[in-house]
Amino acid sequence: MSPRRMAVRRFVKHRAALISLIILGIMVLFILLAPFTARYGVNEAVFKTSPEKPNSFLSPRGIAWLGTDDIGRDLYSRLIYGLRVSILIGLASAFFGTILGVAIGAVAGLRGGWIDDLLMRVTDLFLAFPFLVTLLVLRSVMSNVPWLKPIVGNPTSIRFVVILFVLFGWMGVARLMRGQVLALKEREFVEAARALGASNTRIVLRHLLPNSAGPILVALTFAVSGNIIAEATLGFFGYGPQPGAGATSLGKLVGGAKGALLPGYWWLVVFPCVILILVSLCVNFVGDGLRDATDPKLDGNR
Amino acid sequence: MFRFVMRRLMWALPMTLIITFVVYVALRVGTDPLASYLRVNQRASEKKIQQYIETNGLYEGFGGYVRGYLQWLQGFVTFDWPRSIKGSREVWPEFRDAMFNTLRLGLTATFLGILIGLSFGIFVALKPGGLRDATVSTSSFVAISTPPYVSALLLQLLFAVYWSKWFGQSLLPTSGVYPPGHRGFDLVLMIKHMILPVTVVVIQVVAVYARYMRASLLEVLNSEYMRTARSKGISERRVLVRHALRNALIPIVTVAAIDIGAILGGLIITERIFSYPGLGDFFLGAYDNGDFPQMMPWMFFFTLVVIAFNLLADVLYAVLDPRIRLG
Amino acid sequence: MTVEPILAVDGLVKHFTVKTARGVRAYKNTVQAVSNVSFSVRPGETLGLVGESGSGKTTVGRCILRLIEPTAGSVRFQGEELVGMRAERLRELRRDMQIVFQDPYASLDPRLTVGTSIAEPLEVQRIPGDHRARVKELLELVGLSPDHSRRFPHEFSGGQRQRIGIARALASNPKLLVLDEPVSALDVSIQAGVVNLLADLQDQLGLAYVFIAHDLSVVRHVSHNVAVMYLGKLVEVATAETLYERASHPYTRALLSAIPVPDPGVERGRRRIMLEGDVPSPIDPPSGCRFRTRCPKAQDHCAVEEPALVDRGQGHPVACHFPD
Repeated sequence: MSPRRMAVRRFVKHRAALISLIILGIMVLFILLAPFTARYGVNEAVFKTSPEKPNSFLSPRGIAWLGTDDIGRDLYSRLIYGLRVSILIGLASAFFGTILGVAIGAVAGLRGGWIDDLLMRVTDLFLAFPFLVTLLVLRSVMSNVPWLKPIVGNPTSIRFVVILFVLFGWMGVARLMRGQVLALKEREFVEAARALGASNTRIVLRHLLPNSAGPILVALTFAVSGNIIAEATLGFFGYGPQPGAGATSLGKLVGGAKGALLPGYWWLVVFPCVILILVSLCVNFVGDGLRDATDPKLDGNR
Repeated sequence: MFRFVMRRLMWALPMTLIITFVVYVALRVGTDPLASYLRVNQRASEKKIQQYIETNGLYEGFGGYVRGYLQWLQGFVTFDWPRSIKGSREVWPEFRDAMFNTLRLGLTATFLGILIGLSFGIFVALKPGGLRDATVSTSSFVAISTPPYVSALLLQLLFAVYWSKWFGQSLLPTSGVYPPGHRGFDLVLMIKHMILPVTVVVIQVVAVYARYMRASLLEVLNSEYMRTARSKGISERRVLVRHALRNALIPIVTVAAIDIGAILGGLIITERIFSYPGLGDFFLGAYDNGDFPQMMPWMFFFTLVVIAFNLLADVLYAVLDPRIRLG
Repeated sequence: MTVEPILAVDGLVKHFTVKTARGVRAYKNTVQAVSNVSFSVRPGETLGLVGESGSGKTTVGRCILRLIEPTAGSVRFQGEELVGMRAERLRELRRDMQIVFQDPYASLDPRLTVGTSIAEPLEVQRIPGDHRARVKELLELVGLSPDHSRRFPHEFSGGQRQRIGIARALASNPKLLVLDEPVSALDVSIQAGVVNLLADLQDQLGLAYVFIAHDLSVVRHVSHNVAVMYLGKLVEVATAETLYERASHPYTRALLSAIPVPDPGVERGRRRIMLEGDVPSPIDPPSGCRFRTRCPKAQDHCAVEEPALVDRGQGHPVACHFPD
């Protein structure tokens, strides 16, 4: 049986991970089919407001399953659209961040020397500070360097946020990949490949990457939830992306809960929060399951 | 031992300087203090601008950054701190008050959190695999997946807003250290104000440490030398206290010291939500105003804390684990 | 006896720098893993390279293939100098020289099927032809079933995996194989099978071997010549018969006496030379003769002057002041 099939079998045994994967699958289906699953447009009021019958801050009811916000838009539909933006940001930044991290980690691990030392110092520095502080400082640097503007775009654009998370997110993966390379490089099968005349590129692509696929996949998964939460955090404090007119993200919706708290519009607090917890919890569970499934320690006979 | 610590300390100084220089450059670029100054003082004369550049060392180019950094550093260590951009206020008194507020909140929360977290960890590690384990493990997983502002929102909603709706009076205050307008010291009021923010931080810390402790203790309990100790007929209690806990705590102590950044990160967010006038609130306020003179001492202080705790981690690890030789 | 050697190693030196971390500062130490080793191998012949762990024999094997860069000296393969050779030419030459590793569990990529692993040299070297057919042929050659090519390494036993490693090394039709302790990780019962396979392959394919081993018993049956290493130096080189009959270095004699003799009568009456102590650290090797700290015949003179590897006229060089 191939190692991959053994891993799949172990993953399926992790019940929480499997359930989480199903929930995430349903969520993805919902956001992909947003025009059908959402009952209203992202910026559409549930009905035309009037002084006798205002449409704002309606508690959950038939025409608005999860209630409405300050200008009468359906929270349920907005959650679907917001989740779409957040998951997109989470996936994109985790994906690119992981690629960047793998590349840098592989170079550092294979080359060693000062590149390696520099990398480790830089990551130490970045990871030691509270992540919100690092993110904010990085954000202001990125938005204040004039020649970066055409590349990164406006600080409130989705592209900017994705680049910001990529720049912040490669470090953990780079460390992981470096460790993997250092450990694998001494293994005889890598030496054997070298003895066959294989180039460094081939060794990385053919031997090092497939043998680190498990840990990298796990890191990628945790990066997705990390970035979704990071977006929500930025959004909560008002530094997040503004995805265009009327459009929204989980971060914006959770941030909107602040204003709804004291007047007691509980649905505007509870539902965005619950969705955020649910997404990050499910992704984390999937990551946990993947870790169990790909852990070489559980690999039976080596 | 002494030499080991001294050598580490000698390394810490250049590290601090390099890191804070990088931070200095990042903040100069990121906040552009001159632009912020001009924004606030729109009708400043050419002469005044020049003077502002000189007193704050806002020279351009790499050489200028080095010169500016050294000038800033000199002012910093001699307590001649540049004034804040907004309102031209003294930075140190506000920073000091914020620091004490954060210390009070942070120490309480960290202490309680680690204590409860470790107890939970031990509690489940002794009976792994059962319902008890599943409950604690799952809830700590949920807690880790919940950002602090989310738990803060939910707690505020329940204990402040809905409590007062149901029982006519809110149970706990949701912001500040004292109610608005309060003067003087009042321990009971202060503690009341701290309960919610502390709870939010504690939830995170407990979840993290329960998981650490569980994993660490399980690894020790399943090791060969524990089996040997048991087989020698030493009582289970003694095995646990004498051998297992000690060895299980070694990796955790190191992690705890390095984790300080994460705990402080949680504090920043928590403080902001509860309008708690601590360092986190201080930083975010300064960030919003692009207030370089306020942010720089903050970053310097944090660099020191992070380096100090890394140092502490190394030393503690060396003290606790006799396998590390101190050359 | 005028056949050109396929491999000629001359004055090979390898120093490693080892960093020992003590606190923050790292101290650098030089380990003399291999110092001034010379030997040659003719086509179709086997050189047994024998020594305890830490003697530098594995390093020699890696240096021959330039898997590690020698510090000094020359390695000539089919008359071409490998040290300092351009990377492209070296890659081409790797077609003709291959290595079989010690640990059959670590030397095969666990993620690749056996067939893919064996075909890797064909792919890397861009050897034309039907790779799948070649893999089947190779599997049969090493005594495995051709159907095994689609399985994964973890489904095989140690001995089978070593055969797979051999098949991979043979794929590009090399002329020289470095065998780095190919059987020492295997059960004794399986060792003979693999050693016999190697001997058969040599007869069939006319391969030259550098057979690295840590004791003399394994090498005995397959080697034409034997070189004995101690702490990075050659102490004795001889043909197999000469060595087993008239070993003259005290270290070789000690190694020989460690081989059990099948006849219980002889075994009981035999005197074993027990070496005392451990191999000294190669970071700080003993002065003079490196073996003197454990040598039963050591004299004061041994600590002063290092014995050269001298051929006393019988094609049997020995590095000892007081050879037998």
